[in-house]
Amino acid sequence: MCLSVPAKIESVNGSKARVSIGGNKYQADISLLENAENGDYILLHAGFGIQKISEQHAKETLQLIDEINRKT
Amino acid sequence: MKFIDEYRNREMVKRLASAIRYEAGGHYRFMEVCGSHTHAVRRHGLLSLLPANIRLLSGPGCPVCVSDQSFIDKIIYLAGMKGFTITTFGDLERVPGNEKSLASSREEGADIRIVYSPLEALDIAAKNPKREVVFPAIGFETTAPATAITLQKARKANIRNFSVLSAHKIMPPAMHAVIDDGIKINGYICPGHVSSITGSKIYNVFPEKYHVAAVVAGFEPMDILQSVLMLVRQVNYRNFHTEIQYKRAVTVDGNSIAQDVINDVFEEQDDIWRGFGVLPKSGLKPREKYSNWNAEHRFDFPKYNSVPDTSCICGEILKGKKEPEDCMLFGKSCNPQHPVGACMVSPEGCCNAHFKYQLHELQD
Ligand code: SF4
Repeated sequence: MCLSVPAKIESVNGSKARVSIGGNKYQADISLLENAENGDYILLHAGFGIQKISEQHAKETLQLIDEINRKT
Repeated sequence: MKFIDEYRNREMVKRLASAIRYEAGGHYRFMEVCGSHTHAVRRHGLLSLLPANIRLLSGPGCPVCVSDQSFIDKIIYLAGMKGFTITTFGDLERVPGNEKSLASSREEGADIRIVYSPLEALDIAAKNPKREVVFPAIGFETTAPATAITLQKARKANIRNFSVLSAHKIMPPAMHAVIDDGIKINGYICPGHVSSITGSKIYNVFPEKYHVAAVVAGFEPMDILQSVLMLVRQVNYRNFHTEIQYKRAVTVDGNSIAQDVINDVFEEQDDIWRGFGVLPKSGLKPREKYSNWNAEHRFDFPKYNSVPDTSCICGEILKGKKEPEDCMLFGKSCNPQHPVGACMVSPEGCCNAHFKYQLHELQD
């Protein structure tokens, strides 16, 4: 039940959004998020967006892992 | 980017594992305090990739598992009352109470409905004004904002046949309890989604006060292994501090809107944890202005026992003191089809994850 999954926002209507997870569509409440927009990925938990996912940080993490591996 | 597959690259996972083996010179005991980590570690067979000198212990991070027996019995009691509807996350349905589970209550005619969000529960209440609709609210800081917003909406719309039986808990007191209980650990794999809400700053006390490493981890195989490597390095250099591996979803300060919503609706209370007993200020109860929507306040309950009447050792397992395999019922009379204890019910429960993925690991 603690499961939180990345979901992509497809449309926003006030505090509600339609989101897609692997092609399946869900309704999400996005009132906990600041400036959530179409195309953003959010963590969806119990019907609520709880955090926006940062693409920049996602890439930086991957890069860091890649560097760790190259050194060993 | 889809934020999942990119972190499951087999080649990268293997290379991370060899980096860990290369750098891990001593003995390490790290505890994950999130049920989703317990599940992910088992599901992806990560234990078999780690060297024998690194032990991962599962801690008190599965909300269903840590909820006290008396909480389960109270919901089952309400389910048996005339005119009541229980709306619950699916995980709670099969948790054994002292006499029966919600699932068996349903077979006896109780109205039990599975919901994915507390908002659905409120909707059911709005559409059925003649029924008392109760939502048993479990979960840590990740889930508390969802319940809180639902209560705000119930109050605003004055939907009075809806109430919440709160077993919401907060994570740090249990992490303190593990250490205070003398469980030897070198580091915490801190819960990523709790931290999305709270921020990583709530863990600073562990490195500062106890010299325990702390890394906030994501949930994919590469996330978890990178976090283990970060923990190993903190221990090797005795450089204990809070680090965030899961930067794509966690900041130092967290989600302030969600924190405000929690504070508006809930206040801290002493709460009972399976295995730990009462921990000071470890639970959340609705504030006075939400009394009308607080099932604890609205209804009278019989007195229930805190401790289950079985040989289940869930409590010891949740402290990292024992493994599921130490339980004589594991895989025999207790299995996911017939759970004897809470830890066998939820996919985030340690016994459930061990049972489901033990074969998977042998094959890997
Ligand atoms: S195997 Fe079953 S009975 Fe044993 S500790 Fe786990 S949940 Fe409890």
